[in-house]
Amino acid sequence: MSLINWIDDRFPLSKVWNEHMAQYYAPKNFNFWYYFGALSLVVLVLQIVTGIILTMHYKPDADLAFASVEYIMRDVPAGWFVRYLHGVGASMFFLVVYLHMFRAMLYGSHRKPRELIWLLGMVIYVALMAEAFFGYLLPWGNMSYWGAQVIISLFGAIPVIGEPLAEWIRGDFVVSDATLNRFFAFHVILLPLLLALLVYLHIVALHKVGSNNPDGVDIKKNKDKDGHPVDGVPFHPYYTVKDTFGIAVFMTVFLGIVFFVPEFGGWFLEKDNFAPADILQTPPDIVPLWYLTPYYSILRAVTFEWLPGGAKLWGVIAMGAAIVMFFFLPWLDRAKVRSIRYRGWMYKTALTIFAVTFVMLGYLGTKNPGHVDLFVFENVIWAQIGLVLYFAFFLLMPIYTRFDPTKPEPDRVG
Amino acid sequence: MTDEVNSGRRRLLTTVTKGVGLAGAAALAVPLVASMKPSARALAAGAPVEVEIDDLAPGQMKVVEWRGKPVWILRRTDQMLEEMAAVTGQLSDPDSQVVEQQPAYAQNAHRSIRPDVLVVLGVCTHLGCAPSKAFDKGGSSGLGDDWVGGFFCPCHGSKFDLSGRVYKNVPAPTNLVVPPHSYVSENRIVIGADETEATA
Repeated sequence: MSLINWIDDRFPLSKVWNEHMAQYYAPKNFNFWYYFGALSLVVLVLQIVTGIILTMHYKPDADLAFASVEYIMRDVPAGWFVRYLHGVGASMFFLVVYLHMFRAMLYGSHRKPRELIWLLGMVIYVALMAEAFFGYLLPWGNMSYWGAQVIISLFGAIPVIGEPLAEWIRGDFVVSDATLNRFFAFHVILLPLLLALLVYLHIVALHKVGSNNPDGVDIKKNKDKDGHPVDGVPFHPYYTVKDTFGIAVFMTVFLGIVFFVPEFGGWFLEKDNFAPADILQTPPDIVPLWYLTPYYSILRAVTFEWLPGGAKLWGVIAMGAAIVMFFFLPWLDRAKVRSIRYRGWMYKTALTIFAVTFVMLGYLGTKNPGHVDLFVFENVIWAQIGLVLYFAFFLLMPIYTRFDPTKPEPDRVG
Repeated sequence: MTDEVNSGRRRLLTTVTKGVGLAGAAALAVPLVASMKPSARALAAGAPVEVEIDDLAPGQMKVVEWRGKPVWILRRTDQMLEEMAAVTGQLSDPDSQVVEQQPAYAQNAHRSIRPDVLVVLGVCTHLGCAPSKAFDKGGSSGLGDDWVGGFFCPCHGSKFDLSGRVYKNVPAPTNLVVPPHSYVSENRIVIGADETEATA
């Protein structure tokens, strides 16, 4: 077509399309777990679109913010729908990202040569946590306020520079209008720009080395006479169509939640946030939303006063270290094979225990540490057990992955 | 003009250009970073506040706001002060030795200027929650049979006595903060200013 030709002479349109879609060969054996990358991209776009609409009606002012959210809910046409899409979208974002990360750990997608994809993905994950944290202050509900108060005060635990740093972040002596205003700037400009850039880099890195697959086999080892992998299919139309089906199923679940249980029983939107911020009244239990609670559990599990510097500082260190551990995963894993299909019982057991521990820590993070919500022991004891198992998964990985009785990888995907 | 490149001079010029560029970027960052510090308005809102306490009966507490934080003013009864002295063994810093937590004039047995009137920030030293009053004594308080009254933080279970001193084996690391304060008259407190600043 002449228009395409005209553009191609001035911009590499066809070249980019072919490189990343029509001629990008992905392994033919992608399964269920491979939906979540595409779904994260869908949710990102949805969050940006709904976010732009919310920005048109929301007021980032401590005196007006709470009322402007109620205004969106009651008076703006379909405002409730846009806001619930955005709120539920945040939780769904973390859900698909957690499943996407778990997929990598199942099939060894973090292993050589995909370390940089994993690292970029982890930076996206951390940026996403920041984005969610900044966004949660904006409705200026009481849980918004106290959640921000607690998290910012964590910086105060850093020796010497802690307090001035916390003051610099808040722009005031407490969480106030100045804090709300700048969190709005971070939430709608800084982090979305950063996320868009990081996602771009994540995909560029992926398309440089090619996608992994459930067998963990390198499909580039077997190419046909045209130089295409025998076990690969072009991303478009094969996976664009497959992902469209996945998106349809996902959106059905998503909209079901938006329409029928948008607060999800307090898990997606906490009941304390239906009251405006009150600096004199702490909610009975300050807890972040579910996607951050595994780390919150680890923070609260450190209660050992005899530690030099105090329990609070070490709690913050443990929480930070828990996130940092993920970054080292490609180098901690020493197995000869990538995929769980050819790994031995050691990694299978370790990964199962880790997944259960992560969910348990997440659950405990929403509960009062002194209560008994699991079996026999107080929640804090379970959180301490969880902390040990969490770090053991990472720190012992070089040992158990090396001695794990693996099966030989096949030459081609099954 | 000569065709020969003076590579030494070229390297020097390149290095100097990079250095000037970096220094310029760093200099630009200074005001940008500084713009995020508390503004003049926020600093002005942090000015001292005056509180009248002649309406405060023994055993009563009032909460006022200073720098956006709740300040508790508690007038303790003689009985409260006596009972408090009996539980010092359970406290982690009974003598207020962590100097950042109070001005020097409040580093005494009652952590206050007037023995009966406690002025303390109602902000938990763990993660900044607001502890609540737990003045009921004994088992009915839910804090143990030997509880003599104090404050309890519902977030993570930290306990403080009626001088804001932290109990042992709770998440909060230090005693509650006594803000700088002074008396302009017998029943009038200035919160946020020491004796010398208030009279000046």
